[in-house]
Amino acid sequence: MSSPVETLVNNEYKYGFVTDIDADAAPRGLNEEIVRLISAKKGEPDWLLDWRLRAFRGWQKMSEPHSWPNIHYDPIDYQDIIYYSAPRTAKPLGSLDEVDPRLLETYTKLGIPLSEQKVLAGVAVDAIFDSVSVGTSYKARLLEEGIIFCSFGEAVREHPELVRTYLGSVVPSSDNFFAALNAAVFSDGSFVYVPKGVKCPMELSTYFRINAEGTGQFERTLIIADEGASVSYLEGCTAPRRDTNQLHAAVVELVALDRASIKYSTVQNWYAGDEKGVGGIYNFVTKRGKAQTGAKISWTQVETGSAITWKYPSVILQGDDSVGEFYSVAVVNGRQQADTGTKMIHMGRNTRSTIVSKGISAGQGQNSYRGQVRVLPRAHGARNYTQCDSMLIGNRCGAHTFPYIDVQNPTASLEHEASTSKIGEDQLFYCKQRGLNTENAISMIVNGFCKEVFKELPMEFAVEAQKLLGISLEGSVG
Amino acid sequence: MLEIRGLRASAGGNEILRGIDLSVNAGEVHAIMGPNGSGKSTLAQVLAGHPAYEVTGGQVTYMGQDLLEMEPEERAQAGVFLAFQYPVEIPGVSNAYFLRAAYNEIRKARGLEELDPMDFLDVLEEKLKVVEWGPEIMSRAVNSGFSGGETKRNEILQMAVLEPRLAVLDETDSGLDIDALRIVAGGVNRLRRPDNATIVVTHYQRLLNYIVPDYVHVLSAGRIVRSGGKELALELEARGYDWVEAPAGVA
Ligand SMILES: Nc1ncnc2c1ncn2[C@@H]1O[C@H](COP(=O)(O)OP(=O)(O)OP(=O)(O)O)[C@@H](O)[C@H]1O
Ligand SMILES: [Mg+2]
Repeated sequence: MSSPVETLVNNEYKYGFVTDIDADAAPRGLNEEIVRLISAKKGEPDWLLDWRLRAFRGWQKMSEPHSWPNIHYDPIDYQDIIYYSAPRTAKPLGSLDEVDPRLLETYTKLGIPLSEQKVLAGVAVDAIFDSVSVGTSYKARLLEEGIIFCSFGEAVREHPELVRTYLGSVVPSSDNFFAALNAAVFSDGSFVYVPKGVKCPMELSTYFRINAEGTGQFERTLIIADEGASVSYLEGCTAPRRDTNQLHAAVVELVALDRASIKYSTVQNWYAGDEKGVGGIYNFVTKRGKAQTGAKISWTQVETGSAITWKYPSVILQGDDSVGEFYSVAVVNGRQQADTGTKMIHMGRNTRSTIVSKGISAGQGQNSYRGQVRVLPRAHGARNYTQCDSMLIGNRCGAHTFPYIDVQNPTASLEHEASTSKIGEDQLFYCKQRGLNTENAISMIVNGFCKEVFKELPMEFAVEAQKLLGISLEGSVG
Repeated sequence: MLEIRGLRASAGGNEILRGIDLSVNAGEVHAIMGPNGSGKSTLAQVLAGHPAYEVTGGQVTYMGQDLLEMEPEERAQAGVFLAFQYPVEIPGVSNAYFLRAAYNEIRKARGLEELDPMDFLDVLEEKLKVVEWGPEIMSRAVNSGFSGGETKRNEILQMAVLEPRLAVLDETDSGLDIDALRIVAGGVNRLRRPDNATIVVTHYQRLLNYIVPDYVHVLSAGRIVRSGGKELALELEARGYDWVEAPAGVA
């Protein structure tokens, strides 16, 4: 008798197409000249070039982390990557009408309503195509509130003082191998500044997309919420299918000043590779926020794609009474590997953090939760709640948990709950007895399992996330 | 409607059903009684297609089709409904969402249009009356943290919504208080139609005062050892199972 929860993966990647636009590309490989070239192409000031060069020199002395993460891949040949490519558009674009229609078509294929519908829906979109921002909508409405939402490159030109103050203030260029690489070669990204006391009137949204073959993608996002400000930011990722692995080493820095609040939501479905494990994105990302007094930073992520995911969106709870949250759904199917989790660093008094992690493993996927909770000596009354649940679909996948706890203040209180479950035959049968087929039943049970995380997502994103979960688990049960 | 011939089934290497014969026609109510472990739930689960049971012999014909060849969801879509003795929890999935998904699958199978959430609410409102429940229960996760009695009542609500042709109720009366029993039985009676049939598995004759059966069968050690009219249940109540367990019934 074959078990109904035995695994077979065959899921055509829905977003696998390539846009045919000439790319203005740098030669392959990485050296100081390339770093200078990138900086020059972008017309950057000297201080930024110096920052990049320092990062590059630091990076040269570092090595890829292979020992501690529970992921396995061949070392990457950094000399075989193109570090800069920009779509050939002559000058900066003022409106969507000026955007290459083929680009817009790409977004349409991706199901991203970039223009009016989105505006009507109250979402401003800053879309990144390969390495340069091509369209930013709804800027005017945001400007009325004094909110800056633009590409990183534009921020460097228009608001250098803000960039210079906060760039690297949360994730220093020496932080880790991939963060250093990003600092040296980052091409573009998004920049947000919300002034004192302003509540951003809409969700801000960026869609990332890797296009030209062999082009590493190194975005950098910097979000600053000034005192008492609040903002919710959505990041969605898709990439066309490719046979060579593509490196995606992004950095996201969140700065929440006193009583500010930043909510950062990600739905990631980069190409995961085929059923044999060929191709797919290496998603090696550093995301971190720093919360000042009474501030709150909340990360929500739904990670269904990428061949390998390595990311730990973290919060440094520097100010007293600051709050950090991490809500995560990570799905691996086929040959995917994920090593993801968070770090909550309690520095201030009465700081609070919540971690809810839901890992789903199917096929031959390997899913690791890695989380660190540190309470430093000054953090009187710090509290953490961690809930870490794993669900297995089939017998060939794996779920692993690596919690690290370091408490240096005796008044701290930490609570940790963990569970591992298999999708039960009885649960599945119950659904089937009510007329649902296996796939719908699994998708329903898994969505229920992820409920606590999905409810943290903005409405629109939650619906997309549920659909994605269904797609990424398609064929996970034979 | 349902023809069971010489049905044998085993689980974990043990033979549990040892040759069941049973005919159920449209419009009929059959009660199945019998001691603990005699195979009543197994029979119900085998009819619904639970993968833990291996059918080792016999045939089951349902509405002219070979039931044993059908997937569990195909059986459900064809109108077979099992009210579980132990309903399963689905954390995080609301009762309303679950029921609508099931309802739409069954409608699709019947060539009907799916209902959107708003229209489904109207259907639900009607059906909630069958089990005398308010709408609050619909936002709770399926059977999560339900009391024993609530899970049973929820099964009948599902049955009311899904409108099966053949309903098998496995000890739906166990664990119900007097009022709930009246409500559940009343619900089952309201759902009785000339073109559907019901099999009720029960230990208690008192349920059969509410749901009056056309036939009563006694299952013992995987076989039907006695069949009769509704009086048989009264007789069993008075005299216990020893009386009917055929000495030759055990191989
Ligand atoms: N999945 C299974 N694996 C192994 N043995 C099983 C399985 N299911 C049932 N059995 C065994 O088969 C026998 C009949 O069980 P069943 O649940 O059908 O009895 P029942 O008549 O419904 O009893 P009750 O009145 O207690 O509900 C029991 O001995 C039981 O332990
Ligand atoms: Mg039973």
